[in-house]
Amino acid sequence: MLATVPEAVRFRYLLAWSVLAALLCVLPFFLSYSQKEILVFTTINVILVVSYRHLTLTGEWSLGHVVMMGCGAYGSALASKQLGLAVPLSMLLGGVCAALVGWLLSYSLFRMKGFYFLIGSFAAGEVVRLLWKRFRDPFGGPKGLKRIPGLEEFEFAGLRIDFFDPVPYYFFSLAVAVVCIWLLWRIERSPLGWSYQAVHWGDDLARSVGIPTRNLRRRAMVTASFFAGISGALLVHYVGAVNPSRFNVEEMVYVLTWAIVGGVATLYGPILGVVSLTIVNEIVLREFGLDQWRPLFYGALLVVSVLFLPKGLESLVVPARSMLSHLWTRST
Amino acid sequence: MSILEVRDLTMRFGGLRAVNGLGFSVAKDSIHGLIGTNGAGKTTTFNVISGFYRPTSGRIFHESVEISGLPMEKVANLGIVRTFQHATLFRELSVLENVLIGCYSRRRTGLMDAILGRWHRQDALLREEVEELLEFFGLCERADFPAGNLPHGLQRALGMAIASAARPSLMLLDEPFTGMNAEETLVMMDLTRRLPECGVSILLVEHDMRAVMGLCDCITVMNFGKLLAQGTPDEIQSHPEVIEAYLGGGHAET
Repeated sequence: MLATVPEAVRFRYLLAWSVLAALLCVLPFFLSYSQKEILVFTTINVILVVSYRHLTLTGEWSLGHVVMMGCGAYGSALASKQLGLAVPLSMLLGGVCAALVGWLLSYSLFRMKGFYFLIGSFAAGEVVRLLWKRFRDPFGGPKGLKRIPGLEEFEFAGLRIDFFDPVPYYFFSLAVAVVCIWLLWRIERSPLGWSYQAVHWGDDLARSVGIPTRNLRRRAMVTASFFAGISGALLVHYVGAVNPSRFNVEEMVYVLTWAIVGGVATLYGPILGVVSLTIVNEIVLREFGLDQWRPLFYGALLVVSVLFLPKGLESLVVPARSMLSHLWTRST
Repeated sequence: MSILEVRDLTMRFGGLRAVNGLGFSVAKDSIHGLIGTNGAGKTTTFNVISGFYRPTSGRIFHESVEISGLPMEKVANLGIVRTFQHATLFRELSVLENVLIGCYSRRRTGLMDAILGRWHRQDALLREEVEELLEFFGLCERADFPAGNLPHGLQRALGMAIASAARPSLMLLDEPFTGMNAEETLVMMDLTRRLPECGVSILLVEHDMRAVMGLCDCITVMNFGKLLAQGTPDEIQSHPEVIEAYLGGGHAET
């Protein structure tokens, strides 16, 4: 939290970031149509899993996070369909909806901690999900909502940009993801973020110096829910339909797996998790026609990663980076 | 004038009265000791004052503001900060970060402050203050050390530094000298003695009698949850009931 970066290292950072940005920009043009769609979903999932990690900063793991994503999806879908709001606005409103639901649930949920919170968040999430299933009006019941308006197309420098096409939508979600990640990073690297860590590492000690731990846990959950809601809104306006089973516990287990396989100690850990598992899933499993095996595969991977890489993929990054910088200094 | 007043305090766990009708007060800018045999209810008293437990009955006042029944973080924000029996620290964070977290209650960074970076200027001011604190507690050279790797004596000093960072008017020290060697105890005693000069009154629970007698201006003795005696160290040392409680009835007679 106090490190100052020397000039040479800063240059190397800048280089690495520009390479990454360039790669992300040209990437969709090398992919097939279905792979482009997967790229869109992966970008959305990155927001979801990074927001999930924000909650784990306080040491609590939730099983209701995809339901928060669903709140954003339903909220945004209804706002654009019923109220006729412009899609970017309705997306924001979706995030606010999710934050609001998160805020309401957090009051009772944070009377519990640890394992009890985990189970409680699962139950609370299911209640919300069953409400969508039960109420045909306005949520559409088990079949959910259809014909949700997509992002409005617009003309830019004589170029028609149509967001039904995955490539423009990928760039749009990428931009949203960058903003979301930046915001979450700013919060994490501030006294507020440090106090989340304090809540995690020493609950009683934190309270003894006047840190309102329950209050902060609640705040982290509301923030995380907001960004999960944004990811849900992004999803729903691309797919054009939404139903309750999209946000069931199986989806939640995927999010958990991404976070655990990637690691949650750093901001990039969960991103590594979701990207690498998506690559494995979509390329390896689909190529071999083993797509049906996905839950089994994820379960096995979760066990293997907890056994052999308990700190996640992120724990490989620092050794890899020092190796790279070693090569760099040798070559220059 | 007293900084803390405990009136008729009772704490019951089921059928057990851990603290039973206890009353005492701590004078401003003094070091007050709370002693008693094992199970006398000292730590329970501490936990009730600091807001860790809700008292069954009785009232506690801090500078004539009632604090009984308030949660720990509220009590801390009113100026009563406790330390813990075992070295309780943020072990994964550095010494400096530990103390900065202690400043949290005075800082209150909101979401927008965090995103807009409005906390930086305040942080610079706080950091000066934190460095002074580190120097006071002899932790300057280890500011960037992970707290979990400090030797035991310094871990306890860091615990006090974290508590001081919250700028308390009363600090509750729970067995600050346990597990320390003679030299470390002397260093800690010296630090503790200097705190009242900075406007921090102290209430401490301790088993090391030499430290208690050497430090305290006033001592309260508890036995089976009740007040047994109160007075200066000299009075306590020659108090017949105290001697009886510590050594047993048979010894007092012979």
